[in-house]
Amino acid sequence: MHLGLPTFRGGTHPPEMKELSRDLPVEVLPVPELLACSLSQGIGAPARPVVGVGEEVRRGQLIAEAGGFVSAALHAPTSGKVRSIGECPHPVGLRANAIFIEPDGADEWHPDARQELGEEAALALDAKEIVSKVQAAGIVGMGGAAFPTHVKLSPPPDKKIDTVILNGCECEPYLTADYRVMLERPGEIVKGLRLLVKAVGASRGIIGVEANKPEAHERLLREVRGVEGLSCRMVAVKYPQGAEKQLIKALLNREVPSGGLPMDAGALVQNVGTSVAVWEAVASGRPLTERVVTVSGECVERPGNLLCRIGVTLGDLLAARGVRAGARRLISGGPMMGLAQWNPEVPVMKGTSGLLVLDEPAPPEHVACINCGKCVEGCPAHLMPNRLSTMGERRNWEAMMDWNVLDCIECGVCTYQCPAKRPIVHWIKQGKNELRLLKIRAEAEKKKKEAPEGVPAE
Amino acid sequence: MSPESKNGIPNVPDKWLVTTSPHVRSPETVSQIMWTVVLALLPACVAGLVVFGWYAGLIMAIGVLSAMASEAVVQRVMRRPVTVSDGSAAVTGLLLALCLPADCSWYVPVVGSFVAIFIGKQVFGGLGRNYFNPALIGRAFLQFAFPDQLSMSKWKMLMRKPLLESLAGNIFNVGSGPVAEAMSAATPLATIKPPFPHGEMAADITPLEAVGRSLHNTAEDPWDVVRDLGLGNIPGCIGEVSKLALLLGGLILIANRYVNWRLPLAYILTAVTVALLLPVKSGGEWYGLWAGQWNVVGQLAVIHLLSGGLFLGAFYMITDMVTSPTTGRGQVIYGIAAGVLVALIRVYGGYPEGVCYSILLVNAGRLLIEKYSVPRVFGTSSGKA
Repeated sequence: MHLGLPTFRGGTHPPEMKELSRDLPVEVLPVPELLACSLSQGIGAPARPVVGVGEEVRRGQLIAEAGGFVSAALHAPTSGKVRSIGECPHPVGLRANAIFIEPDGADEWHPDARQELGEEAALALDAKEIVSKVQAAGIVGMGGAAFPTHVKLSPPPDKKIDTVILNGCECEPYLTADYRVMLERPGEIVKGLRLLVKAVGASRGIIGVEANKPEAHERLLREVRGVEGLSCRMVAVKYPQGAEKQLIKALLNREVPSGGLPMDAGALVQNVGTSVAVWEAVASGRPLTERVVTVSGECVERPGNLLCRIGVTLGDLLAARGVRAGARRLISGGPMMGLAQWNPEVPVMKGTSGLLVLDEPAPPEHVACINCGKCVEGCPAHLMPNRLSTMGERRNWEAMMDWNVLDCIECGVCTYQCPAKRPIVHWIKQGKNELRLLKIRAEAEKKKKEAPEGVPAE
Repeated sequence: MSPESKNGIPNVPDKWLVTTSPHVRSPETVSQIMWTVVLALLPACVAGLVVFGWYAGLIMAIGVLSAMASEAVVQRVMRRPVTVSDGSAAVTGLLLALCLPADCSWYVPVVGSFVAIFIGKQVFGGLGRNYFNPALIGRAFLQFAFPDQLSMSKWKMLMRKPLLESLAGNIFNVGSGPVAEAMSAATPLATIKPPFPHGEMAADITPLEAVGRSLHNTAEDPWDVVRDLGLGNIPGCIGEVSKLALLLGGLILIANRYVNWRLPLAYILTAVTVALLLPVKSGGEWYGLWAGQWNVVGQLAVIHLLSGGLFLGAFYMITDMVTSPTTGRGQVIYGIAAGVLVALIRVYGGYPEGVCYSILLVNAGRLLIEKYSVPRVFGTSSGKA
């Protein structure tokens, strides 16, 4: 089927389930009565509020500044009044501070956020200006990890990035948000890519699209035609083709070194949605205040792709699309790597790609590993998940270290395929966490020993 | 679960179920794999029935049922969950029965199944935790417990008609069953067992002629002998004789990706190649490859390939998931190691056939082979850090 298309070694192909929403154009979700703008949108330090309770804000106005270099600014998703600043449930299951905004219904833009540059002027900007506009717009990776984009665009001088890759794989089942963006806004994706290529001084930009999305590939191909240095390529339909390192391997045949970053392989990977956000930020001065979210799953009444403001809650999405009888699980993101949610008050983040409502599966009771080797064959990081799983089961964390547990990308292929239904990824995540704690403890011990006698260690 | 939750959305449960990723799982289960292996063994079972008659079917049934019963009893006594329905005991019992002679006593598979399940599997902790192939543990035990019944050089051979003809005979002419033609004959591997000359293997005839003579007491066209070897019209144990049936089942396993084709291929090719390479003398003279007798080499290759338990072992036993390495390279090394052992036993050892012991021996080296064949971790230049 996809013989000959570029890919990586390993992986699997779960049922795609994209037919539920792939042909439904993006719809705009009306602004709800309250928005919860989390200060912890992604990886990095939380943002610091710059507005007070009761203050009137307008759409696109800065409401929280970045809390450090690896952090992103936050902007009001609509016009209204700051009702409160306080705790709010977070998709990882903990709580984080958020700014709650009560919309006034006018949805008026802040003047700072309406600086139309025009296409030519935007494409003529230099690298530094592009990065600063991206940083000011609070853009983070919209594929899920939500890493601040300006950080990725500012590699240390000794790391030369020659290729920018746009990730249009969307290899997670159910999700179609990126697909719809590729169909509906291919021009902006490509213009965003031109800015990204320029921002890091790369010589070429490649858009990678899985072969199950030929229409998207065709539209993007039409847009890149005639643009120097840009191309759009099909890659094999295989999960996790959209994982950064696996996509670089497929398109460039380079491996990101263990423990390294894409820049160590001379590459920068951005999601197609992020590219649109970059173009909007640079050409129109518009900060990131909305994104497309796929709402799908067997237990959603009307699946769809919704353009919604950052800060609408999962409950708002459920209310808008309806829930079917038998709903038992709420997943933020895709079914392979997404996070199960227990609280519908969790807001949509800049990195929220989907919301799935699934029924209850027969609880997969796990049995002993029968050594079938499916996990070893499927592991895109070329690990031995069978060995890691028995070590995890026995809580033998240090041994996991010897078997390269830190190279695991937690894609879930091993666990998806396991006929013994072993929660391998769960044990691996736990192992990584335990190893981190062990390291912290060991460092503290070391400090204690090195401290001069009689001086109490802190 | 209330139909209407407090925020007014119908069908939203009071509590959402929180699970760890991935939230979808492939439908494949362990018992599905095990029962597929049983299914893949059916062609060999049918061939065994056709070649050896109804008593072979009884031995197979006793093997399966006694293995399942042993599993249930042992698990009950050991206070473990009873997992007979997962099909793994059925696979063990069937495999054991398939490597028994068709005329063994009814209690032979019973004893063998018990040893296979108890000592071969449950003592180690049950399915997935055993280091040796349980069916072969049972088989090795029976070899010593009932040496007369499991003589490896003389086996029952119940008929000498071509397979299709005898199948038709069995179906349409039940009364005059094949038992009437029962006889005992040397196996092809016993016939070509060095040192020469001995028995049929005289200096002036080729290996295929010798095998043909031992089977039918007449010198036949060598191609008839090859056909008999392939279809199963030869003496041997119940499940090993029909290479065609075993290949068919093996392809089912490969198509289902329960068997990596590299492992049986490495095993079979190595066994045959090394068996030919090992120097052998006949009447004080070099024989075969070392004497440049290419016709003999070709005939020996065919006999080594299509005789004994090589196919049964290659597709169903050495490929047992639990006891074989999971790495691709490891499987090839494993197959080669076992193949060398088969050849050594066949040519120099005390038995004409060495499949059972070759697999049990490499079972012991499985973890070692796996350890030194781990794949290169993505983004590194080596495997294990």
